[in-house]
Amino acid sequence: LSTDDIDEDVWDEIEETLLLADLGTDASMELVDNLRDRVTIEGSKDPAAVKQMLREELIKLIDPTLDRSLDDDRLGTDPSVMMVVGVNGVGKTTTVGKLARVLVAEDKDVILGAADTFRAAAAEQLTTWGARIGVPTVRSDVEGADPASVAFDAVAAGVENEVDVVLVDTAGRLQNKAGLMDELGKIKRVIEKKAPVREVLLVIDATTGQNGLSQAKVFSEAVNVTGIVLTKLDGTAKGGIVVAIQRQLGVPVKLIGLGEGADDLAPFETEAFVEALLAE
Amino acid sequence: MFNSLSDRLTATFKNLRGKGRLSEADIDGTAREIRRALLDADVAVPVVRQFIAAVKERALGEDLSKALNPAQQVVKIVNEELVNILGGKTRNLEFAKTPPTVIMLAGLQGAGKTTLAGKLSKWLKDQGHTPLLVACDLQRPNAVTQLQVNGQRAGVPVFAPHPGVQSEHEEATGDPVKVALDGVAEAKQKLHDVVIIDTAGRLGVDEVLMTQARDIRNAVQADEVLFVIDAMIGQDAVTTAQAFNEGVNFTGVVLTKLDGDARGGAALSVASVTGKPVMFSSTGEGLKDFEVFHPDRMASRILDM
Ligand SMILES: Nc1nc2c(ncn2[C@@H]2O[C@H](COP(=O)(O)OP(=O)(O)OP(=O)(O)O)[C@@H](O)[C@H]2O)c(=O)[nH]1
Ligand SMILES: Nc1nc2c(ncn2[C@@H]2O[C@H](COP(=O)(O)OP(=O)(O)OP(=O)(O)O)[C@@H](O)[C@H]2O)c(=O)[nH]1
Ligand SMILES: [K+]
Ligand SMILES: [Mg+2]
Ligand SMILES: [Mg+2]
Repeated sequence: LSTDDIDEDVWDEIEETLLLADLGTDASMELVDNLRDRVTIEGSKDPAAVKQMLREELIKLIDPTLDRSLDDDRLGTDPSVMMVVGVNGVGKTTTVGKLARVLVAEDKDVILGAADTFRAAAAEQLTTWGARIGVPTVRSDVEGADPASVAFDAVAAGVENEVDVVLVDTAGRLQNKAGLMDELGKIKRVIEKKAPVREVLLVIDATTGQNGLSQAKVFSEAVNVTGIVLTKLDGTAKGGIVVAIQRQLGVPVKLIGLGEGADDLAPFETEAFVEALLAE
Repeated sequence: MFNSLSDRLTATFKNLRGKGRLSEADIDGTAREIRRALLDADVAVPVVRQFIAAVKERALGEDLSKALNPAQQVVKIVNEELVNILGGKTRNLEFAKTPPTVIMLAGLQGAGKTTLAGKLSKWLKDQGHTPLLVACDLQRPNAVTQLQVNGQRAGVPVFAPHPGVQSEHEEATGDPVKVALDGVAEAKQKLHDVVIIDTAGRLGVDEVLMTQARDIRNAVQADEVLFVIDAMIGQDAVTTAQAFNEGVNFTGVVLTKLDGDARGGAALSVASVTGKPVMFSSTGEGLKDFEVFHPDRMASRILDM
């Protein structure tokens, strides 16, 4: 049996690991406090055992039993409509392309809707993804067209063609811009005149710091986010802000992005995520 | 969402006035509050550690117990130290003795490079320069089209001999190093005095793409290499900034998306670990949303003042 004591350095090191992964001060300090209580109760004195407990606590917090599947089947005459939302440059359009690839591989019929009518060449970018995957893209040729009507047209085309899934790409917007958040709400409402929106996927870039929490809050208020896609996990960032998001808002990560290619999308797996989060 | 550092310190110092000396507990309490405020603003952990040590030392030296309002005094010290690390004064672009001046943009995916290319070109054009934009991102779908649209909006010509990835060309082909070189040659021939090279986004850990970026830099002998970084980035700022510093040895930093509500502690992290100055801020999606960086404003923003 180890006679090592758990000294303050060990606690500091654990807290630092969590902070460095972008869990934020609240979640990190709470986890360390819980761990301290557990160590007192269980009387453990071995730093390795404490680290194992940390792993367990994180897994418990993220909850591997949570349903992280996508609601991607037709219901009656309605295709499953999914909106992809988030702040600028996080990987929304790329995620739409990759997700279309996954759905097509499951033998589903898919249509893309280019409701980013704002950013330079956004519709062209999505159309290129559509061509890559072999699915049609509904877009407007008019620069600055109304995004809600493009989204509506895409869903209408989806209903008419009896597709399984309509994926709607939206323009990046920072959550502190009330006008743009209202616009997003409007896009959703207009779509729902045709068919219910079944998934609203909020894309969070793994490099995001504490602002991610505010992103999740405001987007959830505007369009009721059903899941998170955590992109750019192929870099050195750990993406720990999603732990804080799930802890505060209960929104689970459903998918992770692991690169710029069409096949670089994977289901979220709690154990693997925690393992990477705690790795040096 | 967070209490400002001033509020927190005021609470810490509530009982201080009238005391003869600062106790160790006073100092620890202060350090804890500053630490938390900086971490909440996404300042990197190792940078926070160094910073706290420096502030503690100064605070002790200035004997805070004599200050009329010790909390404000500490905030002032923290603020001054922040401005100090952020560079104190902003540095301007350095133009080459023999034109064209070559400016290369580099950074992570989605940071805001292509948008910045348009903004920078407009800003320079408005000052009487004759910039040329060069499309070296042949990889992200329609990156070339995106730059062409931005150039058109800015009224600045775009050198784009290769279409990059588009619906008709679904795989990345073409050599960005050659496009960069040809772009500079074109600028010389057509007498453009500034060349702005847009490059593909890349990860710090991507050896192949980092080497490609270095090859572009060396081939065109860039006068300025601007590292473009998103103000929303968290703790990864240090690793990424170090990787790009080693990879392309950038000369300055541009902080983007400052129109959001992120506190932007990354500015401090990058300046502190690389010693390179933050030169510009990007503050929106429009071509005009661009300004020279102000260290004092940034310090206040990080401290939520
Ligand atoms: N390394 C890496 N890059 C990614 C990933 N997902 C997207 N990207 C890249 O990130 C950049 C931005 O991706 P987009 O899909 O255009 O992002 P967006 O959210 O649609 O951007 P806006 O529409 O402009 O707000 C592109 O260069 C993508 O190739 C990922 O998982 N890993
Ligand atoms: N709100 C805001 N959005 C910005 C700013 N700068 C860029 N953007 C947006 O961020 C997104 C990504 O910008 P890009 O210029 O395409 O970024 P990039 O670094 O060229 O991306 P890649 O080429 O894919 O690596 C776009 O939606 C831009 O409109 C800014 O300062 N504020
Ligand atoms: K990672
Ligand atoms: Mg997009
Ligand atoms: Mg770009």
